[in-house]
Amino acid sequence: MHMGNALLFILLAPIVGGLVAGIDRKITARMQGRVGPPLLQPFYDVGKLFEKEQILVTPSQNFYITSYLVFIVVSGGLFFAGGDILLVIFAFTLAHIFLVLGAYSSYSPYSFIGAERELIQIIAYEPMIILSAVGMYMVTRSFYVADIMAAEFPLIYYLPGIFIGFLMVLTIKLRKSPFDLSTSHHAHQEIVKGVTTEFSGPMFGLVELAHWYENVFLLGFIYLFFAWNPLIAIGALAIVYFAEIVIDNTFSRVTWQLTLKSSWIIAGFMGLANLGILYYLSAVVPL
Amino acid sequence: MIPLPFLVVFPALVAALLLLVANETWRRLAVWAGAAIIGAASLSLLFITPQSGPLFYPVGYEALTEVMFAVEMAIAVFLIYLGIKHRKYLAIFLILFQAALLVSFETGRASVVHGVVPNLFIDQLSLIMGLIIGIIGSLICIYSLGYMSTYHEQHPTVPDRRRSFFFLVFVFLSAMFGLVFSDYLPWVFFFWEITTLCSFLLIGYSKTDESVNNAFLALNMNILGGIAFAGALIYIMAVSPGGEMLQLHSLIQSSHAIALVPAVLIGFAGITKSALMPFSGWLVGAMVAPTPVSALLHSSTMVKAGVYVIVRFAPVLTGTMEGLIIGLVGGVTFLLASAMAISQSNAKKVLAYSTIANLGLIVACAGVGTYKLVWAAILLIIFHAIAKSLLFLCVGTVEHRIGSRDIEDMTGLIVRMPRISVMMFIGIAGMFLAPFGMLISKWVAIEAFIEAQFGLAFVAILAFGGSLTVLFWSKWMGKIVSVCPVAEKVENGIPTEKWIVLSILTALTVLICLAFPVISAHLIEPFVLSVYGQTTRLSQDNLTIMAMMHFLLMIMPFSMLLYRNDKRIVPAYMGGRPTTPDLTFSGSMGMKQHVSLCNYYFEEVFGEQKLFMVGSALCLGLILLVGTLTAGVAL
Repeated sequence: MHMGNALLFILLAPIVGGLVAGIDRKITARMQGRVGPPLLQPFYDVGKLFEKEQILVTPSQNFYITSYLVFIVVSGGLFFAGGDILLVIFAFTLAHIFLVLGAYSSYSPYSFIGAERELIQIIAYEPMIILSAVGMYMVTRSFYVADIMAAEFPLIYYLPGIFIGFLMVLTIKLRKSPFDLSTSHHAHQEIVKGVTTEFSGPMFGLVELAHWYENVFLLGFIYLFFAWNPLIAIGALAIVYFAEIVIDNTFSRVTWQLTLKSSWIIAGFMGLANLGILYYLSAVVPL
Repeated sequence: MIPLPFLVVFPALVAALLLLVANETWRRLAVWAGAAIIGAASLSLLFITPQSGPLFYPVGYEALTEVMFAVEMAIAVFLIYLGIKHRKYLAIFLILFQAALLVSFETGRASVVHGVVPNLFIDQLSLIMGLIIGIIGSLICIYSLGYMSTYHEQHPTVPDRRRSFFFLVFVFLSAMFGLVFSDYLPWVFFFWEITTLCSFLLIGYSKTDESVNNAFLALNMNILGGIAFAGALIYIMAVSPGGEMLQLHSLIQSSHAIALVPAVLIGFAGITKSALMPFSGWLVGAMVAPTPVSALLHSSTMVKAGVYVIVRFAPVLTGTMEGLIIGLVGGVTFLLASAMAISQSNAKKVLAYSTIANLGLIVACAGVGTYKLVWAAILLIIFHAIAKSLLFLCVGTVEHRIGSRDIEDMTGLIVRMPRISVMMFIGIAGMFLAPFGMLISKWVAIEAFIEAQFGLAFVAILAFGGSLTVLFWSKWMGKIVSVCPVAEKVENGIPTEKWIVLSILTALTVLICLAFPVISAHLIEPFVLSVYGQTTRLSQDNLTIMAMMHFLLMIMPFSMLLYRNDKRIVPAYMGGRPTTPDLTFSGSMGMKQHVSLCNYYFEEVFGEQKLFMVGSALCLGLILLVGTLTAGVAL
């Protein structure tokens, strides 16, 4: 366990996450023929949120949102400390359940539907993330992120199907169109802001902060596929993120049925086929 | 030290006493005293923890086996009488068939002279089962006292047969103790049949048409399992005429050639008893019974007997095609029952499907049966028993206060019944969230399946099935925690004994997650080690991290204190319309519109009927396949 890395994550992830959000907005704006906000705009936005008066629908929201942030940080910290990747995933799910409960607790129609959709998204992406962890285990024989990082060969060679499946669910996790069902970065959602409708001021600031942490964690997960060469890995991250922005700007939102179906089918076909081949190979020629 | 026979006989004596006592005060006293003594006696078993291998206690009464046979015949006659009375001819046929098998077995057994002394025994697995039965079972008995008096107030049409109710519940406990402590298979079978009888009678408690039908459904399916069990006994007598193999431990340690066929037959019996598909119908139907009965059937008795025998035979099943297929029956059941739970709004039905799913997972672990998986299976049994009994009893309590067991009617329960809600919340969290129990077992199961033969199929099942469980539990949690501002508090009038039981179970749900490394080190690991020669555990750093997560979860509620000065409460956003706190807003033309929020149930995707058909077809196919394979071995 590298506690130092966890500490670095806790300190730096908001900065990296905020910058990524800023770049994201800039590129998106250029794609739409706008100038776009300054690079540091996300920081100004969140900073302003923390200056606002706290308005609540129910005080228990505070508890759920704080827990959401705390457990996102815990799962990300555990990931960067090199811990057991399955435990990381379970802590990650726990964090999102808190977000969902926060939305339920307000008893508001928009956040209620958002919460239901968020749950659908969770079950859409969770199998694929677990299969990714399993794939990494089958290649490296370890569930520890530290060991997976230390692999001296590119995981992507062995896990192309898993990688494609993971990109699919990454779109869900980054809350990008066409899978931004439960809440969106854009203000044109038919259910207002979905899960986050009833969060405002400092509490909403915490949600944004958690989202930055989460994005950095997800980028870290992609990094694992290329961990044998840091330069290529960073290049891959840039390409993947750019592709996500392109997808975000070219697709319109789909229904929850299609979200669930497509992500399960991709997880089922790409992920399981990949694992099946690995499984077969490891029986014939040990890696 | 409390001798094992005491645990088997004492509950039966309490049962007999309760059959005679009609006075409520005396019954209360007898149940409290009986439950306390059973609980204490099962705890005292911890002092005789065997270090390695089982400890045997020979029982000197040779004639006992004949007495049991006579009782079995009497039960058959009684059941046939009930079958004729209710015109259930299939049940009569099955009972007659089973009785014929038994007679043929008994004549075979009695005709050979043998020096086999029936033993009671205890090893770590029996000890764990004994603790579950003794502690959770007796807590449910105490809870039933308060529940049943309210039940009869609220259901005046149901005849008050509380004497036989408590009689049956205690006989049930006695039979379960007998089942887990018997080494002699005909005795295991005897206790097996008693649990079938007790569950049959308890499900039919209210004597309505529905409950009678469901009781017979349960009876038919369990007798089907009983027939397979009796077949196993006959097979054993045929291959080992001396009768040595009738002892569980000799059988398990003998060669595959002898043990595999009985293991599969008894495994089939276990599948029927633990309500895997296609036999899941009886456990879902069993919820017509009073809620403590459901709690008993789902957590500490009945279904746990089914998985217990499969875990016992795991060392025989491991590495065989038969074991793999039995495991697949469990896996398919886990996946589909989890999906079916999504489409249910009846809380007891959700709990029933979740039980079926978890039993499926346990059977999947035990059927594949590597040492890691057996470790995970035993852990699942423990965690499931505690959390599930808590949830059933919470639902029972809520039902009596709000008059509904529908999850939709539990909106805002956190306002209406805050303490019960917190308990229910903890129970649900215990079923699927990190760092609580059930999740730990699922996690270990994923890790263990990867290394098992053909384990990839199970890994996929766990990945998809596991996420389905997240959906149905969280939307239930969401309903509970919705804060509707105008709800009225109705938590008064719950009897003290219910509070005591619920509080103990809640505490257990949390504590067991902290204490499980100790349980694992002192009970599960030695058991796995003695059976397989190697064992497993969670690594120390993962345990530390989970303990830290527990700690965080416990201090998180205090974060509320940080925000206590935030007093600006506004109604929920309603598209800018003027809204009252109970979500009434002024719509167009000055009409008052009321909003009500209802969970998604995805009937068209996760519909009960459709998935049940699919699951039954698949599992029946698998069972037929394993039957064919076994017949090939046997002939």
